[in-house]
Amino acid sequence: MYERIREKLSILADAAKYDVSCSSSGSDRKNTGKGIGDTGSGICHTYTEDGRCVSLLKILLTNFCIYDCAFCVSRRSNDIRRAAFTVEEVVSLTMNFYRRNYIEGLFLSSGIFKDADYTMERMLRIVKKLRLEENYNGYIHLKTIPGASEALVTEAGLYADRMSINLEMPTEQGLQLLAPEKSHEEVKRELAVIRDQAVAYNSERKLIKTTPKFVPAGQSTQMVIGATPESDKDIMHTAQAFYKHYALKRVYYSGYIPISNDSRMPAVGTRPPLIRENRLYQTDWLMRFYDFDVAELLNDEHPNLDMDMDPKLAWALRNPHIFPVDINTADYKLIIRVPGIGIRSAQKIIAARKFGKLHIHQLKKMGIAYNRAQYFIRCADSPFLLREPDPSQLKALLLRQSTSKYRTTAPEQLTLF
Amino acid sequence: MLTDDLPIYIFDGTFYGLLTAIFESYERKHPRIQLCCRETYAPEFFSGHIDIHSDKVKAQRVWRGLQQKVASVHLGHFYKAFFSEQAAIHLALFRYARYIFDHPAGHDFNYGHEDVLAIAQMSQRVHREKHRMEAFVRFKKSGNGLFFAVISPDYNVLPLISKHFRNRYADQPWLIYDERRKYGIHYDLHALHEVTIDFTQEQAMTAQTAVIIDAQEELYTQLWKDYFRSTNIAERRNMKLHIQHVPRRYWRYLTEKEGKL
Repeated sequence: MYERIREKLSILADAAKYDVSCSSSGSDRKNTGKGIGDTGSGICHTYTEDGRCVSLLKILLTNFCIYDCAFCVSRRSNDIRRAAFTVEEVVSLTMNFYRRNYIEGLFLSSGIFKDADYTMERMLRIVKKLRLEENYNGYIHLKTIPGASEALVTEAGLYADRMSINLEMPTEQGLQLLAPEKSHEEVKRELAVIRDQAVAYNSERKLIKTTPKFVPAGQSTQMVIGATPESDKDIMHTAQAFYKHYALKRVYYSGYIPISNDSRMPAVGTRPPLIRENRLYQTDWLMRFYDFDVAELLNDEHPNLDMDMDPKLAWALRNPHIFPVDINTADYKLIIRVPGIGIRSAQKIIAARKFGKLHIHQLKKMGIAYNRAQYFIRCADSPFLLREPDPSQLKALLLRQSTSKYRTTAPEQLTLF
Repeated sequence: MLTDDLPIYIFDGTFYGLLTAIFESYERKHPRIQLCCRETYAPEFFSGHIDIHSDKVKAQRVWRGLQQKVASVHLGHFYKAFFSEQAAIHLALFRYARYIFDHPAGHDFNYGHEDVLAIAQMSQRVHREKHRMEAFVRFKKSGNGLFFAVISPDYNVLPLISKHFRNRYADQPWLIYDERRKYGIHYDLHALHEVTIDFTQEQAMTAQTAVIIDAQEELYTQLWKDYFRSTNIAERRNMKLHIQHVPRRYWRYLTEKEGKL
């Protein structure tokens, strides 16, 4: 018994780890009636040796699957150990981990066995048991099974905090190449079900206060990066469209880790595209929090992100006419566009400058990355320059100064962009 | 005036004591002072000093005064920064309060001011440690059903985290013990209690709990370690990032890092 559950957990955690979402924020479930658990701003309870956060118990219900998606470790043609949890096993693992403060909650996904509804129904039983029998108010992230019926998906949404379904590949063509049994259309259909139900429940709650919460932490999706040849522009324009049309809370980008000798994809042993993944997340942040339009960062002229520098710096160097920005007078929206200044520092600057002009030493103390920002700002005691530095000189200068953990070779001298 | 010439206030190191000192500085017309804790103060034979006796009424007047003049978020910063226990923070909090009272409302947003920024930044550091402890507490279940954990936080955050644990674990009795500061918080399904355990008792407790640990504890400890290993992606190994997020000084309190030091 002891060994069997250990083996199952190892197999089904190993198979679930390629789903990168681990967010446990965005919900506000309270612990009512002296039960157990609540949700709030999210907590990362530990970090694995790959530096990724562990917030949720992330497992598959089973890794038996009727599909044969080339990028997936659980594809039916793959010769691996298979296992399946019982409903009781998942519930007792979740509760016992949660009670010991190991986790913020459960992330439950599954391979598809028999058919979509059969799988979804099993997952629904788990979340209902947790909520109704264990009086559990911790976080639950539930995967929507592609092709599951609207009734089942809607019912699951009453118990889950977040639901998600993966686009898998950034474009329909990419998906058709590697997983002809799946389609973006199916994903869109499922996302729309949750989106529309959430709108309905929320408007009903305005009239009737006791209307239950429906997927309060919203929906997310994931794209695998680097398995197929899409450009960064393709990826981020898809992300932008899904943020807009399906009100997604997050899009996750998962650098492809070669797991098979399929000739259509990078060979086993190829390094996962970690820098590229990082740059895509930076772009995603600029879109969501820094008021950038995706077309400003990625367009036909610049279809791929610069791997040497972050996308905000790259954008600033391409747009020298906007700089320097006067810290003491510029709009907030312009200040957050300065490389080296983040949201928190920008807010501090806006609040503090009402009490007098800001000087370099104050900006440094507030925590802006002055080494980078200095070329793009003016403040009370900025040195007077006869001539603004040329963007290409500036790029070379900044690259020389920065030490990137990713870069192994010396930066090129003076490239044009 | 040199700092040597400033009046020296000796207080008991408590939050109320600090607020009382602020109150008295107005009464005694001392805009600038030196501030020392009674515990650590070594009086030089020639220097006179002023003993501050914590006074609830005076303290609450200062607190209400701050409430009226600063945004609630900054009131929280003031309170959190206090728990940093850093030598310089008491005087910074004193100067901050003087600055707030001596200026019109709204000056708590002047992040260009040294003390305003210092309080905001220190409170952020304390907040981070608080958040870290909400993450890093690892309960073990004992035979009598008590979930207990030992921590050793950089700052004195136990008073700041107890509400979080009471709300979340309302249906299980628990005890979180700060090894460094030698006190703990116990929740008995009804209320929170501060507990102190002296050294001999502490040893007895560990010896005893080793015997009366819950029968299932070993299984879940093992499963958690297994999970921690399985959910790692070896191809993405990044120990620098791992250690940045989980600094070594916390490893001995983390179930999943047992035996890794």
